[in-house]
Amino acid sequence: MENKAENPSIQNAEVKAPGKLARMFLTLYDVYKFIARFFKEGFLPPYEVKELFRQCYEIGYRSALLISTTGFITGIVFTKQSRPSLSEFGATSWLPSLVGIALLRTLAPLLTGLIAAGKVGSSIGAELGSMRVTEQIDAMEVSATNPFKFLVSTRVLAATITIPILTFYTAMVGMLGALLNVSLSEGTSARAFFQSSLEQITFLDITASTIKAILFGFTIGMVGCYQGYNSSKGTEGVGKAANSAVVIAMFLIFIEEVVSVQFFGLFRS
Amino acid sequence: MEEKPTLKNSTKVIEIKGLNKSFGNYHVLKGVDLDLYKGENLVVLGKSGTGKSVLIKIIVGLLTPDAGQVSVLNQHVDQITYKELLALRLKVGFSFQNSALYDSMTVRENLEFPLVRNQKSLTKREVNMAVEEMLDAVGLLQTINQMPSELSGGQRKRIGIARTLILRPEIMLYDEPTAGLDPITCLEINNLINEVQERFHTSSIVITHDLTCAKAVGNRVAMLLDGQFQRLGTFEEVFNTNDERVKPFYDYNFIH
Repeated sequence: MENKAENPSIQNAEVKAPGKLARMFLTLYDVYKFIARFFKEGFLPPYEVKELFRQCYEIGYRSALLISTTGFITGIVFTKQSRPSLSEFGATSWLPSLVGIALLRTLAPLLTGLIAAGKVGSSIGAELGSMRVTEQIDAMEVSATNPFKFLVSTRVLAATITIPILTFYTAMVGMLGALLNVSLSEGTSARAFFQSSLEQITFLDITASTIKAILFGFTIGMVGCYQGYNSSKGTEGVGKAANSAVVIAMFLIFIEEVVSVQFFGLFRS
Repeated sequence: MEEKPTLKNSTKVIEIKGLNKSFGNYHVLKGVDLDLYKGENLVVLGKSGTGKSVLIKIIVGLLTPDAGQVSVLNQHVDQITYKELLALRLKVGFSFQNSALYDSMTVRENLEFPLVRNQKSLTKREVNMAVEEMLDAVGLLQTINQMPSELSGGQRKRIGIARTLILRPEIMLYDEPTAGLDPITCLEINNLINEVQERFHTSSIVITHDLTCAKAVGNRVAMLLDGQFQRLGTFEEVFNTNDERVKPFYDYNFIH
């Protein structure tokens, strides 16, 4: 072992570890650079169209079954749980509109976002993390290609496009679940159910849900990619990337939900 | 095994001067000087953790040096723009220790990936021909539709080399090409490195701690010890010494 006092280069190389607060700001700056790089490179040619479609298919296909099941069950359960409160006021006829508004405004975007954060976010985090660990990302770099464009831009865009579609799909499946429950209990026809539920839904509801879903999709894609792309060496890093992708994305989705409810509430009042 | 001649009279394709690199408090490279001449295979030997892989990662710009100059094909790697670096990387092939094949792609797609993104004027037929020709050159045309997970370690190394060669680089950097392979496959990889040198006229740096590989492929050998090249020359010149830091390498590989 070389004596540090005798070797000035070793002394110069000594780096003082940053404190907790400094580390937090460094991470935030790193995240900012990552997002800025996406906006700088993601929309410029050459476009990875084939990979973008593949990712859209993967994200949609990977989550469709779980989202269908969850959405359908949520529709049934929400209707069933809401009935006693409404029947106290003799207002069970409001069930379809209540379910429609609840599903479209909050339940569908939130459910889809949380499920996608678990399924898609972890998958992106683990995939990119393992590619980083096995030097596949470095291999793309040294072959004069842009791995960020191929791996990150396509996944973030695919999540941003696909999650809104899945959100409306969840709302539709949830409505079918609610319809099943309502028609079995009250004998309401499908036509009457949809007429009642859809007439209460406004353009603002659809806009708000779409914007929220776009935001959730972007968050899931970005967090998953950031965690995976920057994962540390080793298999432990891959696990951490997948786990952090889910936890951080879910946390951010709840914050975005609260903020957007407040924001769109301003337009309703 | 016959020793290969040195090619020190040809032009320099890589020139490294006073290269320093640290990771935290660990000073890996301490003022490294090294030249690679056109057409030669230079073997860099050293124990694990001595900075051999760091050295070649700095050459392709995957890592940045703390101090010193790295000139590749007359371009200073740490002073050029990202666009210029990408253009330079087309001329420098890098074969990774674990092959780094793209798991989600077939062998064909692995080879197509760098080609279609860097030579956009090629037709589908030309791309297919280039892929097949390169796989044929490494003797693995039959694996064209297989996934990397279906290949053996030696096959993965060969495909990794083929993927690198498909861009026709002037310089090849091999990171531990024989690590983790059986002796027969090591021999095949050594032969392949020599074939690549002859057929594609590449200049190469081969990182290894396998002396059989060093002797078989190297025109010159450089021994990295304590962050610097302590010995540099032909295989015989490097190992004709009583240096206690060098002798164990030879003894382990050729006596034990």
